[in-house]
Amino acid sequence: MARPDHPLRAAGIAALAAVPLAVLVAFFLYPVGGMVARGFWPDGVFDPGGVLEVLGRDRVRRVLWFTVWTAGLATVLAVVLGVPVAYVLHRLRFRGQRLLRTLIVVPFVLPTVVVGVAFRQLIAPSGPLGALDLDGTPTAIVAALVFFNVSVVVRTVGAFWEGLDRRTEEAAGALGASPLRVFATVTAPALLPSIASAASVVFLFCSTSFGIVLTLGGLRYANVETEIYLLTTQELDLTAAAALSVLQVLVVTGLLVASHLTRAGAPALSRAAEAGRAPRRRDAAALLWTAGVVALLLLPLLTLFVSSLRAGDRWSLANYRALQGTGENNALIDTASNALARSFGTAFCASALALGLGVTVAFLVSRRPRTPRVRRIAATFDGIFMLPLGVSAVTLGFGFLITLDRPPLDLRSSALLVPIAQAMVALPLVVRTLAPVLTSIDPRQREAAASRGAGPARVLLAVDLPHVWRALAAAAGFAFAVSLGEFGATSFLARDDTPTLPVVIYQLIGHPGAANLGMATAASVVLAAATGAVMLVVERLRIGSVGAF
Amino acid sequence: MASLQVHDLTVRFGATAAVDRVSLDVPAGSITAVLGPSGCGKSTLLRTIAGLEPAAGGSVSCDGADLARVPTHRRGFALMFQDGQLFPHQSVGRNVGYPLRLRHASAAQVRARVEELLDLVGLSGYADRSPATLSGGERQRVALARSLAVEPKVLLLDEPLSALDRGLRERLAGDLHEILRRAGTTTLLVTHDHEEAFAVADRMAVMRAGRLVQVGDLAEVWAHPADPWTARFLGYAEVLEGSPAVVLRDLVDADAGWTRVALRRSALVVDPAGPLAATVLAARVTPEQVRLELDVDGLGRLAGVADPAYSARAGERVRIAVRTDRLAPLP
Repeated sequence: MARPDHPLRAAGIAALAAVPLAVLVAFFLYPVGGMVARGFWPDGVFDPGGVLEVLGRDRVRRVLWFTVWTAGLATVLAVVLGVPVAYVLHRLRFRGQRLLRTLIVVPFVLPTVVVGVAFRQLIAPSGPLGALDLDGTPTAIVAALVFFNVSVVVRTVGAFWEGLDRRTEEAAGALGASPLRVFATVTAPALLPSIASAASVVFLFCSTSFGIVLTLGGLRYANVETEIYLLTTQELDLTAAAALSVLQVLVVTGLLVASHLTRAGAPALSRAAEAGRAPRRRDAAALLWTAGVVALLLLPLLTLFVSSLRAGDRWSLANYRALQGTGENNALIDTASNALARSFGTAFCASALALGLGVTVAFLVSRRPRTPRVRRIAATFDGIFMLPLGVSAVTLGFGFLITLDRPPLDLRSSALLVPIAQAMVALPLVVRTLAPVLTSIDPRQREAAASRGAGPARVLLAVDLPHVWRALAAAAGFAFAVSLGEFGATSFLARDDTPTLPVVIYQLIGHPGAANLGMATAASVVLAAATGAVMLVVERLRIGSVGAF
Repeated sequence: MASLQVHDLTVRFGATAAVDRVSLDVPAGSITAVLGPSGCGKSTLLRTIAGLEPAAGGSVSCDGADLARVPTHRRGFALMFQDGQLFPHQSVGRNVGYPLRLRHASAAQVRARVEELLDLVGLSGYADRSPATLSGGERQRVALARSLAVEPKVLLLDEPLSALDRGLRERLAGDLHEILRRAGTTTLLVTHDHEEAFAVADRMAVMRAGRLVQVGDLAEVWAHPADPWTARFLGYAEVLEGSPAVVLRDLVDADAGWTRVALRRSALVVDPAGPLAATVLAARVTPEQVRLELDVDGLGRLAGVADPAYSARAGERVRIAVRTDRLAPLP
């Protein structure tokens, strides 16, 4: 391949980088920046005092503390629950393992409102855990956050663990270290970077969680994300909302940098992953632990499923039939089945967009620049595209509303607004799925192809494509599943007469009436089944980087 | 120092037997090499002896005590791989001291022993270095020091030198032999490289497709390969059968009864006084000798050598002498 510092080639790369960058600026940085600016320039005049005043408010301090402790606790629990599962699902090999791996990843792509509805059914006075009286408590919120994020730990740590050379542990064992000692002195130190990386991402997700806290926290408990939502939509206090957004952007950027640094210390994802071995007797504890975690993950899903089949006191499909209508007392403007169809269309557009941009970004960040300066630029480029991972979807959605309403970008009434926002949310996931696979291609293969006279396009087709087509399909499916369930930004942007299914579910649980709640459970099951089916296909493609960070 | 006995050992992966009824004695203090091509099951044999793979049948015992119920970490062995498997997050000194700390040696004891071991492997003063800063050969030395730290009953080496380049491999092979002899450690080594086996071991077992085909002292296996396959694997260039073998036999020892013979490349050498005639088909000059491809009258196409001073060109007729010490009759 031509030298990367060749001027023409450098210009080509810059042009290639410009496309996703322009899209990111127009549809992410500009709206988020607009939202932030609205707080600092309340009436067109720079006034940072208002922002500082907000951070001193009692309620805001309570919200901040609530965000930090729930996210922190959920992160610790997710790591403790997830690491043994990562061992069982990525270090051993047994029948049914594939199914379990899929099951584990499903909660992560479940729409947050679905998780919210499922946990409400679980802890409702009439639900299986009704006796624990958790309805409306922080415990329920933490449990739902853990449910949602265990998969991140399992996938991230598991993908790394798979690539660790088993013989290092065997050498320690032969030298006289008991299995426990081997874990403590050899395995754990090697895993630490991936655990730190997973934990920082989980903390990020938990602290910016919107749908779960909104559906389970009610009015009593709010985190930064739901507080921004309340401040903008209910109290119209944009200064306060902007203040929280600024704080969030700063913290998220810090966490992303930290996560990036820990990942830099880890070796590239190994494609020649070790073959797992059959479970032995001493794996019994880890296997039992995994069974327990899987049971905990299944409990809310089964509860949701069962309650969707109950109408009044009997078994019935009435809730599903109701999806053809607009709910009790016309809670909806459009039917739920239309919303489902719309969700599919929107998610299709969003994933196509995210894939197109993500492929370009992943291609660029997976090159190996030779000079430190270019390497730094590449790392920054990579980092910028991770920002949507943590920036409040609510901030993004609201930013869209206030910045994209006038020329040159007047998209207020455009049908593309929702897909674009969803694509921004899915983009980092696409990049994180593709980049490790592209990075793992031996550059000598490209050089060999180029030396035989293949041009850059030919090299892509001959070398990169055969390696990555499964990763491309997996990334597309992943983006589709995530877009299908996206709630934070969509809840702002979807017009009342054209909602997506997650928005419909939220509207249904906000309306009184058992029939509406029943309909919400049925819609949640449908949405969960759709995302689950997509993930089942994605999982069959066996791309380790899906859902790993 | 302990002896190791493997009796009738079978290891299965699914339906295939990776190790098929292998019996092997490793006498106390000996260095035994298991030599075989990749995929022959030699690494599996080693891992099973270490307790890392379960046996489907047979037994492994140490000094007569059966090890079936003894887990890896209680066997008192040490295991070393081709890339050493040093712990990357620990310094060289901490790596070497690892087994000592496992046995709760005092800090002073650990320090003294680590120094002694690094001295033994020729790496004094390396204790504070990080494994990442070492060359491949240095890493193998550190791994060896770590393996010897607690005087293992048996040292198990899995291709210990295969990842190194040729020159280093030859040098380290000699050192390894010397270090193991001095430490007096019973050692079982598996390798696919017969030169590595010859340089390090004093006993050898040849393994093929899960079975041992020949076991014996180095010189004995060398001089009397069990069959043509083994001969070729030990580096013999040619195996003659039938009438060419008989022609050669009548030439060197008419009373012998063999009908198959293995030849090293250097068994046939250009010599104006030699009893055989041949046509040179091709010649290539190397620093040590001229490598020839010959069509020997009565024997057929065979490899041979000539002194570098001798210029043999393709198409020339030459006389050939036979070096009997480069022949190995086969049963």
